[in-house]
Amino acid sequence: MNESLLRSLTPGVLGVLVRRGADFAAAEDAVQDALLEAVRVWPDDPPRDAKGWLVTVAWRKFLDATRSEAARRRREDRLDEEPAPGPAPSVDDTLQLYFLCAHPSLTPSSAVALTLRAVGGLSTRQIARAYLVPEATMAQRISRAKRTVSGVRFDHPGDVATVLRVLYLVFNEGYSGDVDLAAEAIRLTRQLAAAIDHPEVGGLLALMLIHHARRAARTAPDGSLVPLAEQDRGRWDTEAIAEGIQILQGALARDRLGEFQAQAAVAALHADAPTAEETDWVQIVEWYDELVGLTDSPVVRLNRAVAVGEADGPRAGLAALAAVDGSVPRHTAVAAYLHERDGDLEKAARLYAEAAREAPNLPERDHLTRQAARLNARRSR
Amino acid sequence: MAKYLLLKHYRGAPASVNDAPMEQWTPEEISAHVQYMNDFADRLEKTGEFVDSKALAPQGTFVRYDGEGRPPVTDGPFAETKDLIAGWMIIDVDTYERAVELAGELSAAPGAGGKPIHEWLEVRPLLGGHSADTDCPSHR
Repeated sequence: MNESLLRSLTPGVLGVLVRRGADFAAAEDAVQDALLEAVRVWPDDPPRDAKGWLVTVAWRKFLDATRSEAARRRREDRLDEEPAPGPAPSVDDTLQLYFLCAHPSLTPSSAVALTLRAVGGLSTRQIARAYLVPEATMAQRISRAKRTVSGVRFDHPGDVATVLRVLYLVFNEGYSGDVDLAAEAIRLTRQLAAAIDHPEVGGLLALMLIHHARRAARTAPDGSLVPLAEQDRGRWDTEAIAEGIQILQGALARDRLGEFQAQAAVAALHADAPTAEETDWVQIVEWYDELVGLTDSPVVRLNRAVAVGEADGPRAGLAALAAVDGSVPRHTAVAAYLHERDGDLEKAARLYAEAAREAPNLPERDHLTRQAARLNARRSR
Repeated sequence: MAKYLLLKHYRGAPASVNDAPMEQWTPEEISAHVQYMNDFADRLEKTGEFVDSKALAPQGTFVRYDGEGRPPVTDGPFAETKDLIAGWMIIDVDTYERAVELAGELSAAPGAGGKPIHEWLEVRPLLGGHSADTDCPSHR
């Protein structure tokens, strides 16, 4: 049984239940139960209509849960047992679920967890393992998130930008445990792209595809990071890159530039270069100028300083870096790199070591420590 | 979404405001303290921010490799060791500010006289195990 196919039905099924009048939190639990039952039953007894099967089972589980809850509270069961099928265009339901799960009243970590469960169909245990927290903690995070959005009207249109931010967070969590969150983020963004026509959704999908295409080349067999310039470009997934570029071109043709399209354009220019030396840094700087105009983010200015260093030389890069807020993460690492390019190896080695102490994760810390060690070894020779 | 270690020291942290040693508290004050710590962990589980919590015995042994075919050398415990860890809590929160806020609340655990200890807790970010799928500038 194809698990991601099964999970792709999650938002549509949940949408039907909510449109029938089920409370979102209870409906979401019922859909999870139905997914578990499908995993158990389908291998021996595959249904002809997978979605119809899930809707039937989920609705029954919802009614059972509501009835026992109602009985417990000695309350009348006000629910209609034979609901009218009702108009339930599944594409709209899917979109509404993305909006709900990324609702601005949620914290980023809650929105991520709720999206992965209610839209992605992942179990609480899978999400907990992916984020390296106890299952009980993740269960509470999700039920709290459900309570937070319980008063939100399901058919109220939301903001695509908040949904994209949540999906980008999932993508950057990468891979740990048994769930590949980057691949899951791509699946969810692809599904979103099918539900709404928006150039930034295309931009984000393109960005993810192109970055993901380089994943195999980004890590050496020993787990250490391989910088972009040193990656074996033969190991890049050219099919994913081509798809990403095609999606990006479609988005850019709409002439509504946004942050993710511009970031994807930078990624595409890297992916397009047959060798690191042939990278079109001048065009990359131009895209960063667009990004500065769109976001005015110090992280973008930092990236721009790197690109300027490649396009116009390290001195120009250092001049651009001087205008960037020094507290931005990885500022020291960029300074180290530009000073090395400028020939000041002593300063570069010192800065690499300092950057290693500030690194946010182990692979980056080890990479930066190796850079410092490489320069120190060269100087003592 | 980042994990932080809230580190509690037997020795090595600056002195607490309410610095009476635990054995000089009343049994009720000790119970109130333990209850506060348990409630705090329960509350963090409910907010979806709890990861782990452990206490450590103060006695420890130093061990090191002593060469091929030889048993490891052991030494200590050293009464004079400046830094002595008492235990930790690991939390998973959205921001550094939230980590500091929670450490502040944990530091308010009641001690002698039922008053907050104002204990100094060390907040340390855990390093992530992997780098994001995006290429960051330092790799370029």
